[in-house]
Amino acid sequence: MAIKLPIYMDYHATTPVDPRVVEAMLPYFHEKFGNAASRNHSFGWTAEEAVENARAQIARLINATPKEIIFTSGATESNNLALKGAAEMYREKGNHIITQVIEHKAVLDTCKRLEKYGYEVTYLPVAKDGRIDLDDLRRAITPKTIIISIMYANNEIGVIQPIQEIGKLAKEKGVLFHTDGVQALGKIPVDVQRDNIDMISLTAHKLYGPKGCGALYVRRRNPRVQLSAQIDGGGHERGMRSGTLNVPGIVGFGKAAELCQNEMAEESIRLRGLRDRLKDGLFAKLDELYINGSMTHRLPHNINISFAFVEGESLLMGINDVAVSSGSACTSATLEPSYVLKALGVGEDLAHTSIRFGLGRFNTQEEVDYVTNRVVEVVQRLRELSPLYEMAKEGVDLSKMNWKATAEH
Amino acid sequence: MAYSDKVVDHYEHPRNVGSLPKDDPNVGTGLVGAPECGDVMRLQMKINPQTQVIEEAKFKTFGCGSAIASSSLATEWVKGKTVEEALAISNTDIVRELSLPPVKIHCSVLAEDAIKAAIEDWKKKKEADQPEATATASN
Repeated sequence: MAIKLPIYMDYHATTPVDPRVVEAMLPYFHEKFGNAASRNHSFGWTAEEAVENARAQIARLINATPKEIIFTSGATESNNLALKGAAEMYREKGNHIITQVIEHKAVLDTCKRLEKYGYEVTYLPVAKDGRIDLDDLRRAITPKTIIISIMYANNEIGVIQPIQEIGKLAKEKGVLFHTDGVQALGKIPVDVQRDNIDMISLTAHKLYGPKGCGALYVRRRNPRVQLSAQIDGGGHERGMRSGTLNVPGIVGFGKAAELCQNEMAEESIRLRGLRDRLKDGLFAKLDELYINGSMTHRLPHNINISFAFVEGESLLMGINDVAVSSGSACTSATLEPSYVLKALGVGEDLAHTSIRFGLGRFNTQEEVDYVTNRVVEVVQRLRELSPLYEMAKEGVDLSKMNWKATAEH
Repeated sequence: MAYSDKVVDHYEHPRNVGSLPKDDPNVGTGLVGAPECGDVMRLQMKINPQTQVIEEAKFKTFGCGSAIASSSLATEWVKGKTVEEALAISNTDIVRELSLPPVKIHCSVLAEDAIKAAIEDWKKKKEADQPEATATASN
């Protein structure tokens, strides 16, 4: 079978919209275009019905009730609403928030802003495997702690946090538990009851739905979580998020959630097989590869590998018909290598050589084999070009070299 | 990020990749950068002690495409030049030739440093060989 190039293997960044989702959305652009808040005519009722249907589809995927789903523009907004909204609402109870260092910037930067407003934030470290230590968390909780925000699974290394244990602890201590569930939703079973989650940020475009449509699950019972709205207006979404609902987007989100619900079990087995095939293929032909993060507690479709002695951006340039991401500084705007890998204790030298592969619904075994061969070929070529690889092979201990003395900067 | 055609050409067909015997008294080796910074260049030149002409140049680079292209270009440019001419090569010449964007200027600086470091290494070897002849050349 001929392979269509370029190959997309960056499903943590975004996913294509599933054709079945597109089909479900289409009527809501022109034919059924009503405003879901129009209560006095059929256009509005049709839109409202579609939104409520989607709300139920999404709720079902996380074992929540439809009323607990608040639609937003995406997970960044959901994270902002959860943290700022709860911080403001529970200000009298306390001013302490606990999160961890490898959260997405939407959580970290929101926490930083809250610090400016007088909140105190504890950033828990992670171990080499990318997970927080529950004892660290337990020790960090004080009578002033109002929110624990720990992501379900990380976007770079795919490592899954001990969510059930965190939820249990938070409940015991009477602290709200928020989790950024973007990478986990639709990929592994998420259950807000089992996991004792009080708020979870969700987005459509990571599970084959459209961009610009997200949600925040806000628990209504045991406890009833209240949030201070961050966008004021018409009082939509139980007053927590005003603004006319993105009906086609929401319909797509609902359909995407339903598809995941039906297909996740099978799909995750297939993707794990492809991911392992990719990993094993690379390890069979290349030496000096290092996996970043736990292999045990990991999303089935993720692998993050450091290709020692080969700088990440140069590797991406060589496999330019394959779309993947690198933790190399050269690919970031800040010229800093990945803060996630740094937090794991991965040396900056290896962080520069890391590649994230994110597999997804539309990847095939032929594509995996093609990518494996391309990566092997380019890594071998670039290692021939790498003075570090040559020195390492000659037995030079690169960590003992006085690099600063040879460089002027 | 889009790369210029010249960067892509050097990346895909790097000139003068390899090593020269670093213990040869006529070979100067410049190793600059650091793995933690994501760039390490090693530039080697074989210099004729009589004519001061760079007869051979080889490089190996760990770094992004622009770093590879900058060092590949540097080997092309120094070959056949005298030591003095090679020392006159500036990073801005490399930036211009490869159309490097501002964020990649450090790659060209590193290539210039590598040229200078290799020549410095060669000069040191010569001094060690004939201490009386080059006593004043040291800085």
